[in-house]
Amino acid sequence: MKTNLRMPAGRAANSSAGHETAPPRLRRAPAAVTFLMAAAGLLVSIVAASLFGSANIDHLDVVSTILRHVGLGELAPTPPLPRLLDALIWESRFPRVLLSAAVGAALAVSGAVLQAITRNPLADPYLLGVSSGASTGAVAVLLLGIGGGISLSTGAFVGGLVAFGLLLLLLGGGRVASPTRVVLTGVLVSQFFAAVTSLILMISGDANSTRGFTYWLLGTFSGARWQGVTYTIVIILIGVLAIQFFAPALDAFTFGWDSAAALGVNVTAVRIWLMVLTSLITAAAVAASGAIGFVGLLVPHAVRILASPMHRSLLPLSALGGAILLIWVDTFARTAFTPHELPAGVITALLGAPAFALVLKRLES
Amino acid sequence: MGRINATELSWSVKGHRLLDTIEMAAHDGKIVGLLGPNGSGKSTLLRLLAGLRRPDTGTVRYDDTSLRDLSRRVLARRLAVVEQDVTAHNHVSVRQVVELGRTPFRGRFDALTEHDQRIIDAALERVGITDRQRQSWHTLSGGEKQRTQLARALAQEPREILLDEPTNHLDIRYQLELLDLLGSLKVTCVVALHDLNLAARYCHHVVVLDHGQVVAAGTPEAVLTTELIKSVYGVEVLVDREPTAGTLRITYLAATAPRTADATAIAG
Repeated sequence: MKTNLRMPAGRAANSSAGHETAPPRLRRAPAAVTFLMAAAGLLVSIVAASLFGSANIDHLDVVSTILRHVGLGELAPTPPLPRLLDALIWESRFPRVLLSAAVGAALAVSGAVLQAITRNPLADPYLLGVSSGASTGAVAVLLLGIGGGISLSTGAFVGGLVAFGLLLLLLGGGRVASPTRVVLTGVLVSQFFAAVTSLILMISGDANSTRGFTYWLLGTFSGARWQGVTYTIVIILIGVLAIQFFAPALDAFTFGWDSAAALGVNVTAVRIWLMVLTSLITAAAVAASGAIGFVGLLVPHAVRILASPMHRSLLPLSALGGAILLIWVDTFARTAFTPHELPAGVITALLGAPAFALVLKRLES
Repeated sequence: MGRINATELSWSVKGHRLLDTIEMAAHDGKIVGLLGPNGSGKSTLLRLLAGLRRPDTGTVRYDDTSLRDLSRRVLARRLAVVEQDVTAHNHVSVRQVVELGRTPFRGRFDALTEHDQRIIDAALERVGITDRQRQSWHTLSGGEKQRTQLARALAQEPREILLDEPTNHLDIRYQLELLDLLGSLKVTCVVALHDLNLAARYCHHVVVLDHGQVVAAGTPEAVLTTELIKSVYGVEVLVDREPTAGTLRITYLAATAPRTADATAIAG
């Protein structure tokens, strides 16, 4: 006969010798409330950011112009602006705000996914070299004419996918890689593609185009126009929405590949899908604005701390948070030092480097 | 209470045969212990049973269905796996970990239903970590983490559970509690164990592996003999009965010369 040690209900309470100090409680607002607040924040940000600019236009006029163009003209509080000002707002400022939002959403979601599938909190499309690969692809198409007429975005997509594939290959499929190994491999991949990009620029670009490219590689939204912007937004929207389908699978990755498989997730298929989708949205973002770093690191971590680490909340909130962050980063970039404009990537790097240090510290503790 | 049946399972990596024509079965809510020295193939066998690796030859059946005919999701609705030494890469709460057990039952965009919540509550209660459920998983002690993993497995409402050395790193009390808990579950369990005394006490049936082969199988009393333990583990032992409860007791005396590889002769 086996002895039967009962497990008293209060058992856990007296077994906590290791942590007498009050353990961190995770208290959070309901997911739906947080989501609605973030969505409202994004809408407000889009409109508010359009108010700022080098030309001094009355705020009500800006709002009226946007309302008129989205078919809500009867709500517009002021009469139409002269054509030139109207164009400045609708053809230049507004698409630029929307583009920065889309790119922010793409990079943040990309970061969240990479962190889950490499099981590494330091993963980010920029740090792991996916952005570098996309840049190389874009530059190769533009300057070398590789691919015979395929678009810059397609080049960026292929480059991003190659870089991602190379990363996973070097990580041995990413099954069991330590955080250090993931980051070092990312450094390797990103340095390699950065070198290839420089090489292409040096051998085939003249001084002017090289300068233009360098600026673009730092990440900037200047020159955003509807045509390209619409294309980018559609790709990113589809990609980001498709990735939401994998939220349960990404949660199941919490304890690793085998654990996810044992919970019923088809790990191989999920990995391939996420690799393609992440490359797609990262590439679309890089093709439109160059390589903007650290958004994928900053935003998902902030969301995990403020809302939830579970991907059903994390993915949509990261998308909204990334969009809001980049809208304001770019607004600052284009208005803070007029008439000069900063590349948005410089600002995200200034914000991101300390955040990286914080995550690293949290990882070690 | 499910039934697991493995026939002629073999598995090789780069020409090394890690498992060689394994036969084993577990059924009727019994606890089957997988024993054997490090590297004998216990973890590998569990992975093949769980369908996490595909065997080169042989078949694993759950009730009468071959593993090949079960999708991952359908399998996860009846089989839970508790791995060894897992770590979370993000700061999930204990309850969120247990919620993962409902993954195979949830639609992509479904919230947890009342029914799911009740199952999660019951699983937390069962392993005694209800009052820790809001806490971050990373702040738990080793024993609490192990219990959380078991609660996650229970939330799958499994008919079979595979556990890879679940008593590792646990102090004696948790080891006993965990195995008591398994015994009370009415779920068929296959457990890889290092501790022969625990195996003798809790397992209805043991399977001893050495160099990827089954060298003995049967009740602990029949299998755990001084000869077998000496040949498989290379240890001199005294096997007797503990005087009060009368359970099998194994006392380690000394490590002998290098292990004899030829243990196949002593099949139980």
